[in-house]
Amino acid sequence: MEKSLKKYFLFFVGPTLIAFLIAFVIPFIAGIILSFARFTTMTDISWVGFSNYVRAFSNSDFVNALKFSALFTVVSVIIINVAAFSLALLLTRGIMGTNIFRTMIFMPNLIGGIVLGYIWQFIINGFLSIFGVTITVDAKYGFWGLVILSNWQFIGYMMIIFIAGIQNIPGDIMEAATIDGAGPFTVLRKITIPLVMPSITITLFMTIANSFKMFDQNLALTAGAPGKETAMVALDIYNTFYSRVGWEGVGQAKALMFFLVVVVITLVQLTITRRKEITN
Amino acid sequence: MSDIQQQGKPLTLGGLVIILSLLIISLLFIAPILLVFLNSFKGKLFVINTPFAFPNDESFTGINNYVSGIAATGFFSAFGWSLFITVFSVAIIVLFTSMTAWYITRSTGRFCKGLYYAFVFAMIVPFQMVMFPLTKVANFLHLDNPLGILVLYLGFGSAQSVFLFSGFVKSVPIAVEEAATIDGCTPIRAYFSVIFPMLAPIAVTVAILNAMWVWNDFLLPNLVIGSEYRTIPVAVQYLRGGYGSIDWGYMMAMIGLAVIPIIIFYFVCQKHIIQGVTAGSVKG
Repeated sequence: MEKSLKKYFLFFVGPTLIAFLIAFVIPFIAGIILSFARFTTMTDISWVGFSNYVRAFSNSDFVNALKFSALFTVVSVIIINVAAFSLALLLTRGIMGTNIFRTMIFMPNLIGGIVLGYIWQFIINGFLSIFGVTITVDAKYGFWGLVILSNWQFIGYMMIIFIAGIQNIPGDIMEAATIDGAGPFTVLRKITIPLVMPSITITLFMTIANSFKMFDQNLALTAGAPGKETAMVALDIYNTFYSRVGWEGVGQAKALMFFLVVVVITLVQLTITRRKEITN
Repeated sequence: MSDIQQQGKPLTLGGLVIILSLLIISLLFIAPILLVFLNSFKGKLFVINTPFAFPNDESFTGINNYVSGIAATGFFSAFGWSLFITVFSVAIIVLFTSMTAWYITRSTGRFCKGLYYAFVFAMIVPFQMVMFPLTKVANFLHLDNPLGILVLYLGFGSAQSVFLFSGFVKSVPIAVEEAATIDGCTPIRAYFSVIFPMLAPIAVTVAILNAMWVWNDFLLPNLVIGSEYRTIPVAVQYLRGGYGSIDWGYMMAMIGLAVIPIIIFYFVCQKHIIQGVTAGSVKG
């Protein structure tokens, strides 16, 4: 089988591989190279060493964006996961209307980030107009606006993953625990949470990555205003590329550091939560 | 009524409180969408000043926002491009990545193993890392049109899709494939008549996850084919005027129109979507 397959490599792997090279591998390598270069046209490149990196950090926008993204990620990851887990607990108890509730809570997730951003800009501004202000008056409003938006978008998705995890817990374990006289909180702490650790690993991974990489929602909700105070890292990188001529190398240096930060955060999180998973 | 597992158990007061709070929570989740539709029938000033009020004689503008909004954004053309790009990207992603995933999972060669890890690696790389060079490569190769962007979607979507298909292929018994080969099938024939049908459940998952991503994607179409061939998210973003001014009447109507196809899609394949999301994550 193995031998006869070799001739078919191009047929089976070729199309995907070519597209993967064009869309990912070549741009990725070019991205690393460009972060060390300054260029006026694509063919006129001069090496500048680490100066793009120095320029990225000496400009306070990038540092602010990193801080803003980090704070936003911590807050929204905690709220999303706690809320999604609590809803999942309630919606796996065979309560009347469970399916309808799940359907409704999941729905916002299907709407794209740009559209979501404008929906919430309109609602939050509508609410703030009572006090005569708008979302772009103070970075605090933009921050909490983004938190509300991301909660609304991701709670349903994570809830679905938690529900699958909870339903995978063997019924006899629960039954045994109840017979042994374990109260609901003991069951939650000693059985449910340890046994849904694989789900927690995934929801944490997805919420951290989604929050940290958030772009569309940020662009549509505040576009970074006031000033650049509510610009997250992805938006700051975009602005560096597309609204400052001659800063492409700096944008790429920022992008490379962003990539490294994302890799480190997700790897650390995966190792920590994987270790807590029970293999059965 | 299959979700009532504990039939016969009388509804307690506590149970009633839980149901009522869940009802309120789930209504909160769809309220923003309802507000959009409500406001899409109001004049733009009323959208901003009285967003939570029902349209009245003064604020009601009928379908004006829809008529002028469609004209201002070229909504039907955007809808067409979104549909074209989503349908064809998803089709080629499912076809080609399933073939690739099957081949590299069955092959023991080092190159194929390495390729698998390259796909896994690509999954965690943020789009911003490749964004700028990617648009340059796309221009250079003349992929900056609705057909060319399909190649980019295949390339960028291949990472997660190959990963999901590979996970599934590992659980498919190899004996069936060997039987087909012994019966004289070429690998190509074996793939299409025996293997691909067995991959159907994960193919549905991959199709749904990619459809949700491509339909809603903003950056790639905006950067590659943006002003000439606007997709729906790009058209919505262009409603923000040069100085950040927005005609909220148009905006509400356009958001309403953008959301309707998604709601229909959701209600038609709700079960598959929820299963797809579950399968797509648990396998990860």
